[in-house]
Amino acid sequence: MRKSRKKLITMLVAEAILIVFTIIVTLPLFLAITISLQKPETVFSYPPKLFPRSFHWQNYVEAFRLVPLARLMLNSLVIASSITLGKLFTGTLAGYAFANFRFKGKEVSFALLFATLFLPAETVMILPLFLIMKKFNWINTYWALIIPFTASATNTFLMRQHFLTIPRELEDAAKIDGASPMTYFRKILLPLSRSMLAGASIINFVYAWNMYLWPLIVTMEDRMKTVQIGVKMLIDAESANNWGVIMAGTVVALAPTLIVFLLLQNLFVKSLVRSGMKG
Amino acid sequence: MKKGWDIPHPFFGGEEVRKILPYILLIPTFLVIILFIYWPAVYSFKLSLYRIAPFGNRMIFVGFKNFAKLFHNPEYINSISVTVIYVVSSMLITLFLSFFIAILLNMKLPGNAVYRTLIFAPYAISPAIAGTLWTFLLNPVVGHVNYFFSKFFGIQVEWLTTKPFALYALIFATVWKTLPFNIIFYLAGLQNIPDELLESSMIDGANAWTRTWKIIFPLLSPITFYLVIMNIISFMFASFAIIDVMTKGGPGDYTTTMIYRLFLDAFAFQRTGSAAAQSVIMFIIMAIVTIVYFKFGERRVHYQ
Repeated sequence: MRKSRKKLITMLVAEAILIVFTIIVTLPLFLAITISLQKPETVFSYPPKLFPRSFHWQNYVEAFRLVPLARLMLNSLVIASSITLGKLFTGTLAGYAFANFRFKGKEVSFALLFATLFLPAETVMILPLFLIMKKFNWINTYWALIIPFTASATNTFLMRQHFLTIPRELEDAAKIDGASPMTYFRKILLPLSRSMLAGASIINFVYAWNMYLWPLIVTMEDRMKTVQIGVKMLIDAESANNWGVIMAGTVVALAPTLIVFLLLQNLFVKSLVRSGMKG
Repeated sequence: MKKGWDIPHPFFGGEEVRKILPYILLIPTFLVIILFIYWPAVYSFKLSLYRIAPFGNRMIFVGFKNFAKLFHNPEYINSISVTVIYVVSSMLITLFLSFFIAILLNMKLPGNAVYRTLIFAPYAISPAIAGTLWTFLLNPVVGHVNYFFSKFFGIQVEWLTTKPFALYALIFATVWKTLPFNIIFYLAGLQNIPDELLESSMIDGANAWTRTWKIIFPLLSPITFYLVIMNIISFMFASFAIIDVMTKGGPGDYTTTMIYRLFLDAFAFQRTGSAAAQSVIMFIIMAIVTIVYFKFGERRVHYQ
């Protein structure tokens, strides 16, 4: 019986640690929402309040007035969706080529792609990429925010890896039925990959939505910036005084990805692990 | 009943076509990769060999002088040491905490689903917003965490503008933002370890934690290796947003990491040649990281 008592104590300690830890991790998000609903006088009360004393929606109105948040949200949505679609398009095609075809130069092209796996172009390459965008006349346009990120090694390998798990007999059967390689791709391969594609989509979307450095340097006018930059604009506009308003803007900026994540967490986690652990 | 796509296309249909098709399929990906990764890489290498006038297009070939200058520049040397301190300390804290929490979450205690969901939440938050949240929490007037520290540890400081607290502030935000990512991977790894092994190391004796550390942690070394690589990349580059929002590299250049230095030199001070050389240096660091990953990683991904 000693063993089960020890087990119980271990479990109780573990439970307690988990509860405390969960509270600590969640607190920043909880407080952001709380503060975003408080009048300036309550924000500055000492000691700081844990729970909202009011529902001061005015902060949200003020945040949208100070910074063109609606426009910035739209920009972020357009950019993140386009990057996601682009990556799915290029990734599925290239993944199909690598998984289902034998061709000359396969190893070389595979290696060329592999070499870029850990190279975050949107940070390491900012200077040369910026100068190239200048040559293209793409500064301050959606093109600069979207096109350079519409393909990635990670996506291609994720697709390839998945296509390799689909039995070859299906392709042979489709061939016998007279289906062309592209018909097989469209009618059989893609529908069989739906959950993988959904997972890749949300991961790519969150990644693109959260980009910061590149949009910061490649956009000049406020109306072309993204919502991530908007939060910083809000801090500057408020000179960090009215935290209720800043937190209102922050809640608006983090809500889309957080809600999607909370709703589809299992899909997220599964796809994230799959994209990381090759093989 | 063949329609549209079902009709064997004269181009996409025949057996010879299977020979060209893969190349066509690769065009979109390679167009993007070549234009926006390989070209910039080559371009920055070229620029790094020139001295470029801030205004106008005068370019003078100077060989490796830009690199030589960088390594004699105390600002740049400082940014390297800041990067190493920031990356290594954030990484050690994140790895240790995430392993510990993953072990607890893997015990599947009552309420596990709730803890999991909430603990994973910061994964969806951007570095910029993580920086904003922690700027608020550490605010000397209204911040809750600042209040906590002053109440319980007697620390009453301007977190973001004094040494060494500015660095601590960055590490708080960074760890908070990265923990879920690491926990997700450790949890996935733990699911491949037999329950009996986990249980025996957890329950036997008072030194359960030491045993877990000694038995379970080595079993997860392929995952730790992957996370080390991913964390290095994320802390070196994605952390730009956290720094820009929280400290802007200050006080002085106390929290100016290599990526922040590059940003300043390239866009604030227009030192194009020097910034290009910095890009090349980071490019080389990433090449080394990639090589290390494939040399030592692939073999260790499959365990058991």
